[in-house]
Amino acid sequence: MTETGTGSGTVTDTVADAFIEVDRVEKVFDVRRRTGFLKRERRQVRAVDALSFTVARGEMVGYIGPNGAGKSTTIKMLTGILTPSGGRLRVAGIDPARERTRLAHRIGVVFGQRTTLWWDLPLIDSYRLAHRMYRIPDARYREILDRLVELLDLGALLDVPVRQLSLGQRMRGDIAAALLHDPEVLYLDEPTIGLDVVSKARVREFLRGLRDERGTTVLLTTHDLQDIEQLCSRVMVIDHGRLMYDGPLAGLHEAGESERTLVLDLERELPPVDAPPPARVVRVEGPRQWLAFPASASAAPLVARLAAEYPLVDLSVREPDIEAVIARMYEERASA
Amino acid sequence: MGETGRLREGTRAYLLIAAMWIRSTMTYRTSFVLTAVGNLAVTGLDFVTLVLMFAQVDTLGGWTLPEVAFLYGLSVTSFGLADLLIGSADTLGARLRDGSFDTLLVRPAPVLAQVAADRFALRRLGRITQGALVLGWALCAVHVEWTAAKVLLVPVMLVSGAAIFGAVFTAGAAFQFLAQDAAEVQNAFTYGGTTLLQYPPTVFGKDLVRGVTFVLPLAFVNWVPGAYVLGRPYPLSLPGWAAFAPPLVAAGCVALAGLAWRAGLRAYRSTGS
Repeated sequence: MTETGTGSGTVTDTVADAFIEVDRVEKVFDVRRRTGFLKRERRQVRAVDALSFTVARGEMVGYIGPNGAGKSTTIKMLTGILTPSGGRLRVAGIDPARERTRLAHRIGVVFGQRTTLWWDLPLIDSYRLAHRMYRIPDARYREILDRLVELLDLGALLDVPVRQLSLGQRMRGDIAAALLHDPEVLYLDEPTIGLDVVSKARVREFLRGLRDERGTTVLLTTHDLQDIEQLCSRVMVIDHGRLMYDGPLAGLHEAGESERTLVLDLERELPPVDAPPPARVVRVEGPRQWLAFPASASAAPLVARLAAEYPLVDLSVREPDIEAVIARMYEERASA
Repeated sequence: MGETGRLREGTRAYLLIAAMWIRSTMTYRTSFVLTAVGNLAVTGLDFVTLVLMFAQVDTLGGWTLPEVAFLYGLSVTSFGLADLLIGSADTLGARLRDGSFDTLLVRPAPVLAQVAADRFALRRLGRITQGALVLGWALCAVHVEWTAAKVLLVPVMLVSGAAIFGAVFTAGAAFQFLAQDAAEVQNAFTYGGTTLLQYPPTVFGKDLVRGVTFVLPLAFVNWVPGAYVLGRPYPLSLPGWAAFAPPLVAAGCVALAGLAWRAGLRAYRSTGS
């Protein structure tokens, strides 16, 4: 290996058990736009720009960002579907673009919006194909399949043609299909999209178990921030191909300077309460008033003071909506 | 992984996937039977057209009905083989458009094998059956002094012809990486090519024959070796050994198609969809 990299202080050098290494990776697309009958305009779009991060073995990371931020481009590079335009990328020590088929044995991919199952055939047939295509030893296949069937509650579905499964059942079937060869890393692209509450809860519970019991590394892209809240200790936010935040979920609130909301129900209609700054009244509707205060501050002193001064009937504290936090982060970045 | 390793892996994946498609088709058994019969009937009508034509004339471009049937049988059977084995590659464009092509790239198998086996359809046996029947009749009906070389040349033509058509299918699939709605362009060369070859070269203009010999060498599927078997002059003034060139021509086409496929796949993986 002659690959030395350029910086000695990059993140990749400091993390001991980095399972996914992304070091200043970029991806530039040539976009051709038709401007006339035959005339075309060429333009370069930087979908991913000097992206660097590492994921340790067994980590479960949420990867979020608006549409077109570069999320799926990153996932496609990590699975070997796309070749990076620059930078260095390793998954389990393998360069995905160069050794796509070798990597395929070690990764599992679930595309939330399209199934990899065989539409007209019973669910079990898709698994039998994976069994042979991935050359999974018979005993191991049966062991893993039994376990997945139990955890994902697929027993009654194995002989049902995939086209007859509900969306939630099919998603569970797809997740099992991606895990039959016991991959070390699982990429989930919108795994709960379109699912009802019960199905979502079931999928999340399964993923938690996967992380805790098998130590599978999971990279999850999602629009559903509850997925992240309930599953990931770490979240990465990407926009315009750049990493805007990488850290614990709690820190995202601070980074976005988010605010919590205190909802007061007073005995009667009153003028806006006199709250100590930085808390302030943001809305008044009859006897109900809304106060905003920094997410990092404690609610207790504020509540105590208001309770002492005003006739309170009820109150509640609302946690910040991560979606709002991220939106604010984007706005700040845009105006900076 | 060496080339033979890849070939073995590819064949294995191909068989696994083709088997899945056969099972999928068999869940709609009636539909399968109907389309298979329909396939046989539609391709059969081609030949009926030829026979009707010969009801009015004795020869076509100087060739008799059994001789034209010989060309027809060779063209249709070899095309049918290629169509059965790799014809589904023209659905690649659809997979590229809806994004499901990516799901093939994360499987541990060569992509070309997966694309070739995609939507594998046994109903295509209809065309092969029909072509083989016509070829069988033609072999009995033509007046040929059979020599060992001529007898051997018939199966060689079928295999080489299938490989040449297969190469055209592959190159067409590769082209779809650049133009995702180009399946029709490919059809012009595949379906169009096989229709062209069903008629003797003497009915076409010299330039077309030259193009089909030197540019897209479809003439080596049946025209050139067929002329040798029937003891007719070659369509162009080619050397005598040209009748035995089909395996070489086929190998060349397959190699070029393989390169085109790789280039197409590389373009996809570096530009994305």
